Amino acid sequence: MIEHPVLEHIPRLRRYARALAGDRYAADDLVQDTLERAVNKFHLWRPGSDLRAWLFAVMHNVFINQLRSRRHEMEQSMSELPTVAVRASQSDPLELQDMANALRGLSAEHREVLLLVALEQLTYEQVAVALDIPIGTVMSRLSRARERLRQLLSGNAPVSLKVVK
Amino acid sequence: MRQYGEDDLHAYIDGWLPPAERAGVELWLDAHPDSAEQLRHYAAQNAALRALYGSVLDEPLPERLRTVRPRRYRRAHAALAAGLLLAGAALGWLAHGMWQRAETGAAGSAPSLARQAAIAHAVYAPEVRHPVEVGADQEEHLVKWLSKRLGTDLTAPKLAALGYELVGGRLLSGPAGPVAHFMYQDPKGQRLTLYVSAQRGGQNQTAFRFSQENRVSVFYWIDRDYGYALSGEVERDALLGVVNVVYKQLNP
Repeated sequence: MIEHPVLEHIPRLRRYARALAGDRYAADDLVQDTLERAVNKFHLWRPGSDLRAWLFAVMHNVFINQLRSRRHEMEQSMSELPTVAVRASQSDPLELQDMANALRGLSAEHREVLLLVALEQLTYEQVAVALDIPIGTVMSRLSRARERLRQLLSGNAPVSLKVVK
Repeated sequence: MRQYGEDDLHAYIDGWLPPAERAGVELWLDAHPDSAEQLRHYAAQNAALRALYGSVLDEPLPERLRTVRPRRYRRAHAALAAGLLLAGAALGWLAHGMWQRAETGAAGSAPSLARQAAIAHAVYAPEVRHPVEVGADQEEHLVKWLSKRLGTDLTAPKLAALGYELVGGRLLSGPAGPVAHFMYQDPKGQRLTLYVSAQRGGQNQTAFRFSQENRVSVFYWIDRDYGYALSGEVERDALLGVVNVVYKQLNP
């Protein structure tokens, strides 16, 4: 049992993973794989740089690998995605369960960017580093993710929406 | 009036815009109600996401996330070796002798299976606070998780009729890859463990075999590329009664 510097970041990794993966156990699987990889690759972290952003980068790689290995599973669940339950009338503030459902309607790429910015409050530069993409791509994905989410939550999405009374 | 682009507007609601520029954006938004409406929605998204997932930060960590260990599959024996260190001197006499022999046994061979299972039993059965990684209260998740890692449909045998309740289980690293380890306990605290691992090559079926590794009795068998071993610090005949039930449940 080692008191490792990554330990203090576990709660925030869990929060992000929960929103990213949706399901509690899948999220903790993601966190566990991330921690194991981070500990193994810890020599690659540059001391003095932002450890939390580095851990999000490790999690991104683990997440992408998991998506690849579960592509078949994913394709099956993707076919169910266009049906997103929304309420008949949208009030402000947003209904939380609607938000959880609508998140599933975003692509993994868009969900990652949106969650790192909106939930984890990373700077756009940190997001670019964590996901290993140019900052212009961060901004365009953020823009599309927010607009897509707005459509899903307003019931104007160009997909078949199941209206929950 | 200065024009503001989309990036400025995102930075405005995410709080990254320098204070000096915020007033300018607010003036611009007064003149552009559609953009203002859009931004109000985006800001509500931020608030909803934080409200929805904020409580995760306060949840107690599950056992498996509380300790950080190196990745388990990469080096065979790593988890067991680490486990042996944790188990400490009390088990040294038992583990050391078995470890020496286990190292020389061919990975996946039947005698090695019995020794690995006995070591795992000796390491984890005496654990008071952390006998398992996932408890029986999450049995469905445990079985699903271990099945995924081993690449086969596992079940945790039900032994309550024999007085043994499932405590839970954990993932271990064995010579041939991942190992599922289930633990059971009777009302007196007597523990049995079931060790399931993929077997590479060799026979794909054997009869029950018995092995005594110091105080640990082990019944083990190989069936369709998976090795099974039931271990406990109990008499051979008592363990035989349990292993028959385990076998029947795994092969209905």
